[in-house]
Amino acid sequence: MAVPKVCGIETEYGISRRGGADDNPVVASSVLINAYVADQRIGWDFEDETPARDARGFQRDPANPPEVETHLVNAVLTNGARYYVDHAHPEYSTPECTDALDALVADKAGERILAESMRLAERALGPGEEIIVYKNNSDGKSNSYGCHENYLMDRTVPFGEIVRTMLPWFVTRQVFTGAGKVGAEHERDRCDFQISARADFFEEEVGLETTLKRPLVNTRDEPHALPDEYRRLHVIVGDANLCEVATLLKVGTTAIVLAMVEDGAIDRDLSVVGPVHAVRTVSRDPSCRTPLELRDGTTATAVEIQWEFLRCARDYAARTGLEHCGGSEVGFDVLARWERVLGALERDPMELDGTLDWVTKLAVLEGFRARDGLDWRDPKLALVDLQYHDVRPAKSLYERLVRAGRIERVVDEAAVAAAVVDPPAGTRAYFRGTCLARWPQAVVAANWDSIVLDVGVDPLRRIPMMDPLKGTRDHVGPLLASCVTPLELVERLAGDTP
Amino acid sequence: MPEREQMKRTTTPKDRDQEVAEVEAPAKQGEKIKEELDDLLDEIDSVLEDNAEDFVKAYVQKGGQ
Repeated sequence: MAVPKVCGIETEYGISRRGGADDNPVVASSVLINAYVADQRIGWDFEDETPARDARGFQRDPANPPEVETHLVNAVLTNGARYYVDHAHPEYSTPECTDALDALVADKAGERILAESMRLAERALGPGEEIIVYKNNSDGKSNSYGCHENYLMDRTVPFGEIVRTMLPWFVTRQVFTGAGKVGAEHERDRCDFQISARADFFEEEVGLETTLKRPLVNTRDEPHALPDEYRRLHVIVGDANLCEVATLLKVGTTAIVLAMVEDGAIDRDLSVVGPVHAVRTVSRDPSCRTPLELRDGTTATAVEIQWEFLRCARDYAARTGLEHCGGSEVGFDVLARWERVLGALERDPMELDGTLDWVTKLAVLEGFRARDGLDWRDPKLALVDLQYHDVRPAKSLYERLVRAGRIERVVDEAAVAAAVVDPPAGTRAYFRGTCLARWPQAVVAANWDSIVLDVGVDPLRRIPMMDPLKGTRDHVGPLLASCVTPLELVERLAGDTP
Repeated sequence: MPEREQMKRTTTPKDRDQEVAEVEAPAKQGEKIKEELDDLLDEIDSVLEDNAEDFVKAYVQKGGQ
């Protein structure tokens, strides 16, 4: 049975420090984040984290951990987000959201937070020094960093069924989630331009890794929620998007497809032959016309496979009202946009200039190529690619396009500005963020599923929040508003844990 | 193709005006789009980092997730 698709996006930003002697990215990331959180430094609590647990039912040998995460700076924000240094990158994890629109707003808020961090960090830097942050996924030199999505799922659904559907899903959704990239990561398999920035980095179908031999379906089994009821599908294949429609569709359609997996609503096996290779095939075809071989012996383009998913989704929406994946407003808006985008991709992908990142970027690149007679290997095109993702408002090419009125917007800036400060109302992020805003001195530590308060008398009080759908504004808003001190809060919660 | 010529000749002046308008509108629109694109490319040129080759070469990241 489908469970509400609580979701979130975590983005590792690219970072460089210019004009100074020290260009250590870990230090630069720490300077950046510290500049932003100087006033509200709340530690992250690692007690419940188990990144080595595998969804296929085993735990990695602790002597051979999958990866070492360096958590130097680690903060929780009043909007319920986590902002920290991870793998030599600043990473922003949105709070838990109930639908794709909330996730989009929270993700955009992250961009504003990074921009503000850069501005504030100037004070900590020497004259002429600057930290620059990019919302992209690769340096074009074989180094990648991720933009991951997370979705709450029903624990009883066999993981194999998730894998079977998600492989063709991830192979084909690139046609609207791709951020676009000039060239390839390796000289030996060059191309001029490709749809996805991440496609070159996937080597396995299924696995636990995230930094080496990256799998299309990641098996990390760390639900950050009641482990008997839920799993959290950790999606690592996505590109970091700037176009709002791309982010909305990426999360919104994936949430619908996952709900359909839970409810057995996909009536056709769309498995493709050799999905890892197929990811590259799709990414390297901006015409979106290359047929893929399906396991059932037929062939179909990525767009045709997407039409099949959409056909199932329409039926599913008619039956369920998309109750657990956006409902009548967000869910149905996602369906309508999905249909419009597939139609345009089929006619002429360039119709989506201003709607999808890869097409928007390609249109600018083709503009320069035509006007200046540039070869695809011209470094100016690589610079356009990089600077499209620059987060500094004055330098970001994406923001230029927004200001020129060339980008299709979904949300307004007031909602984004509010999401920089306020948590979403529909999940436990509301409780986490509001506690932090009300009693910043009392919050000793926090993580996704608990918060530790110093209420002025021993001992420290740990409040578990194992259900992502409790601790919402409806649930605890009046309680939080009526408590004056954190001690009062924990006392009143004693009989009713959020 | 005499038949086609014949058909064309029978169109009224009004039709012909419309035909011309229909042909011209996309061309004018195309010009406008091109002008807008040129302006945009000029604007982008004005904010692009100096020395593209060095700038792109210097952008090296530690791998992440």
